[in-house]
Amino acid sequence: MYSPTMRLTEDERIILEGGRGEALRKAMESVVRFGDVFGADRLVDLDHGVHLVTSFGIPLLGPVFDMMDELIAAGLETPEPFTVDPRPYDFANVPVGPIERLVFTKVMYAKQKDYEAQLRKVGLKDGRAFTCACYFDEVGNVPKRGANLAWAESSAVVYANSVLGARSNRNSGVLELMCGIVGKAPRFGFLTDEGRQASWIVELKTTGLPEAQLLGSAIGMQVVEDVPYIRGLDRYLGGTLDDRAKDYLKDMGAASASNGAVGLYHVDGLTPEAKDLGEALVRKDARVYVIDDAEIERVKAGYPMMWKNADSKPTRCFIGCPHLSRAQLYGWLERLEALLSAAGRKRVAVPTVLTTAPDVAAAFRADAAAAARLEATGATLSSICPLMYMNNPLCGKKPVITNSNKLRTYTKARYYTDADILAMVTGGRA
Amino acid sequence: MKKSFKGRAVVPGTASGEAVVSRRGFNILASMQRDLMGKKAEVRCSDQNNPDAFGRALSGRILCLPRTIGSTTGGMVLQAAAALGKAPAALLFSEPIDSLAAGGVILAKVWNGRDIVTVDGLGDEFLAAVENGAAISVEADGIVTIETA
Repeated sequence: MYSPTMRLTEDERIILEGGRGEALRKAMESVVRFGDVFGADRLVDLDHGVHLVTSFGIPLLGPVFDMMDELIAAGLETPEPFTVDPRPYDFANVPVGPIERLVFTKVMYAKQKDYEAQLRKVGLKDGRAFTCACYFDEVGNVPKRGANLAWAESSAVVYANSVLGARSNRNSGVLELMCGIVGKAPRFGFLTDEGRQASWIVELKTTGLPEAQLLGSAIGMQVVEDVPYIRGLDRYLGGTLDDRAKDYLKDMGAASASNGAVGLYHVDGLTPEAKDLGEALVRKDARVYVIDDAEIERVKAGYPMMWKNADSKPTRCFIGCPHLSRAQLYGWLERLEALLSAAGRKRVAVPTVLTTAPDVAAAFRADAAAAARLEATGATLSSICPLMYMNNPLCGKKPVITNSNKLRTYTKARYYTDADILAMVTGGRA
Repeated sequence: MKKSFKGRAVVPGTASGEAVVSRRGFNILASMQRDLMGKKAEVRCSDQNNPDAFGRALSGRILCLPRTIGSTTGGMVLQAAAALGKAPAALLFSEPIDSLAAGGVILAKVWNGRDIVTVDGLGDEFLAAVENGAAISVEADGIVTIETA
């Protein structure tokens, strides 16, 4: 029997000793061992449903699917419903050729249907719960400030910690599900006050509001997994977390989490803990990173060119990694229409996919006039995970453009700023 | 000549074999996906961004690395490799172990009864001293010994 380092309650110890069955014992032992490795002092109760990173039934994870069957056979499920990352394909809105389709359904993600059936049995919220941005109001996995969580998707973890002031570590895939099953998480790192202290001060000295995706990239590459305290951003975003500020921070955070491994940042005068505690959040030995216009340009110029032929004509454009909010969808619609009209065109010149959560897509489509306007531009709306789509070797080789720094980091997609993307897809040149 | 290093035994156990060295962060998914998908008997590193380890056999070897990087599915891939008997025999980290690798070795142990002997915090000197192909042995108390020429 495993002898834990951390303190356990009587109830937790009974579970660890197998008093509530073998599958629950294994789930508990996984969580306790994980916490012990990182010096957790005890377990805390989860205050909110988990968010899973693994949304795809890739056959090589066979042993993981067997483990899911063990949980199901024991009748275990998470006490709160959970959400999960987006699906890897959407043939209706992101069409692919017959061979690519075969690779998706018979090779890459041959276990997709089986795995989704397993997810439903262990506590999946519903068939619309597939999004990386589970924290949108329409989706409803929105933890309160101070809530203890066990999430895994890096862009969701950094948003929950920073913008919502909830508390989650960057969990390894499956460990978050184990925490969900036992309803507890080990207390270490971002679940403690000292783990939320900043060891970097980021001084923003740009002449205007930088592109969120570039600012996040710069911060991530510099601080890697440390916590930055960002000064000067509230000058542009104001002191209230309105839609514009939340959307900006969503995209900035996702870039910092993928270009580095940032799990929490504070924005002076704007994010909840920075508003309450201010510079008391900054450690005395914190280092300083100054970001000006030249630094943003330096970071952008450093991205490697991953296409075989740099002059290829893009065959697809993904906008929305992480998924777009409802306000962002309307924003892209208006800008697409304006630029198309200025270019004297009716429809986009590059097949363009706007990606959003299924619940947000449903809300958008319920506005029939807006849905018709989007259709008229030729752009499509999907809830696909562009990253999983690009993992198909056949799709990954195609010249894809994006405004997502996360997609750039993990795939061969080429990054452009929002303005350049708009110019390219509406027929102009970047 | 022999050189010994002491680390923390995360998954204690004994192992010995041939070293595979990754001088940079080791991307589990990128390294193991190809041969696990291809159902190869032995997994060779398929990560072209990792010139030290690229093309080298990983199954049953002693993988020496600073930490793992990349997709948070990395731990599950490691678990799957272990369950199929295709994982490295040991993981030796120069830095403190990261959460992906920790998740993987713990899940493999608890759910599949497979121990990937794991030692962390061996220090930069360890990674500087070890070469691809070197004979390495690991003791249960976290002592790692490299046979050097």
